[in-house]
Amino acid sequence: MATVWHFYRDSFRNMTWGRPLVWLILLKVFILFAILRVFFFKPAMAGLSDEERSRVVGERLTGEHPEVGDPVPVPETYQP
Amino acid sequence: MTAAYHWLFVPLTLGLALVMAVMETIYVIRKDDFWKKTAQYWMKLFAINFAVGIATGIILEFEFGTNWSNYSWFVGDMFGAPLAIEGILAFFMEATFFAVMFFGWEKVSKRFHLASTWLTGIGASISAYWILVANGWMQNPVGTTFNPEAVRSEMASAQAFWEVISNPVAVSKFFHAITSGWVTGGVFVVGISCWYLLKNRQRKFARASILIGSIVGIVGSFAVMLSGDASGVHAAEFQPMKLAAAEGLNDGGRRAAFTIVPGIRIPGMLSILATHDIDGYVPGINDILNGYTDNEGNEIPSVAEKMAMGRKALVALSLYRSTDDPSEKAEARYALEENVQYMGYGHLEKPEDVIPPVGIVFWAFRFMIGLGMLMLLELLVVGWLAWKDKLTGKRWLMIAALACIPLVYICGQSGWIVAEVGRQPWTIQGLLPVNVAISSLSAGAVKTTFFLFLAIFTLFLVIEIRILIGAIKKGPETSNE
Repeated sequence: MATVWHFYRDSFRNMTWGRPLVWLILLKVFILFAILRVFFFKPAMAGLSDEERSRVVGERLTGEHPEVGDPVPVPETYQP
Repeated sequence: MTAAYHWLFVPLTLGLALVMAVMETIYVIRKDDFWKKTAQYWMKLFAINFAVGIATGIILEFEFGTNWSNYSWFVGDMFGAPLAIEGILAFFMEATFFAVMFFGWEKVSKRFHLASTWLTGIGASISAYWILVANGWMQNPVGTTFNPEAVRSEMASAQAFWEVISNPVAVSKFFHAITSGWVTGGVFVVGISCWYLLKNRQRKFARASILIGSIVGIVGSFAVMLSGDASGVHAAEFQPMKLAAAEGLNDGGRRAAFTIVPGIRIPGMLSILATHDIDGYVPGINDILNGYTDNEGNEIPSVAEKMAMGRKALVALSLYRSTDDPSEKAEARYALEENVQYMGYGHLEKPEDVIPPVGIVFWAFRFMIGLGMLMLLELLVVGWLAWKDKLTGKRWLMIAALACIPLVYICGQSGWIVAEVGRQPWTIQGLLPVNVAISSLSAGAVKTTFFLFLAIFTLFLVIEIRILIGAIKKGPETSNE
């Protein structure tokens, strides 16, 4: 384990052209998880239990759709 | 759109991984430092592309929770399992072999280093496989059953998991995506190498790179054709509307003609491509709307009939979830299972809703094939002339090779449009249309997050291109012969 640790540590310390790339990756990960995820990409069903999620999606699926007896429009011949 | 953006980086990663692995293999076999430096140079460009491309896919996973919450719940473990495997695999393979590949040149044996380089490429390809298993399931949802209690698709057994991971759509998509990455890598290497020749720099390096790049690209091109053929057959079988839209085929039939461009058609060719039989029946848009008999003699219902069955499924689902009467529940479950394969059609307002934007898909398909053929021609000509050492003085050809770099990206993006726009209106084929899959968010909120992502990551893309150009201008460490 110590050998592996030294391999990574020394390699990162001695990096030349790769150093800005590592900073770029760290910056990107920070933006992704500390800004975008926290402030903009909040899960729409966060905090709901599995039962509540099933109910919400079930209502969405069965809530707004034409009824069984509603006539289906006859398709017109497709013309581009 | 986000996936298309992510796809800007993936093909070059896949292609350059193969190019540098081949170069390093030659180095290990020949023990010639020239090949080591050549491989190291392309590895550097690989790293720059990788650094900017990495994590652009993570935003998709954020979007699943925010923008596609109904979809995310509906697909259940089916989507979570492959993505989790991909994430774990990518992390461990990349953290180990990628690190050894970059840092281990003087620290591990040549053979161990070579194995790490190959495993980096193989790891990236395996990652792509799991992503395409998830995507392939959306195009052809096999191996799962719909659980009305949980309102989720579930894999009930190991057999089901096997069906999901061996989904023919996923397999053909995987080979198509990977080998198109080889073409991208080949065209990129050949184009950049031609730039050195135009500048009269690094001639030996450039010629050697052109040879390897063109071989990888040519092999990739033929493999793309084979996997594309399989994709066409699968589209005909599982997503006939996508094929009809890609061909602009209003009325199908046997000995269906393939349209090269409007007005120029090859009789019977579409039947051969779609069914491997000149007499094979290929349904057009109107046939799909009105119902038809497929090549196995199955009566395919009209879209109106599918809509009626879909509505029965949704009403049965509603009853199943609302009643406590065991016999009513059993009846509802039976009705649901009878019609569930058309459940998504129950949400449609009119049959024409199943038609994707035909013009976009039709022309994207032509761009993909036309540019793909152009790439093959370029690789053959430049590769052959490099082999014969007759590239000197052919400036126009070298400029054309350089110009092919943006074209190969347009080619790849066109393929993505055919696959993803062509399956509209479905998020999951036949089961879940887009308008039901999305969260209850305002269009403004979705636009805000997307354009925010686009702005930030385009900034990263600009930075990448600047670093990339800097590295290209600096050139490899091979002698300037």
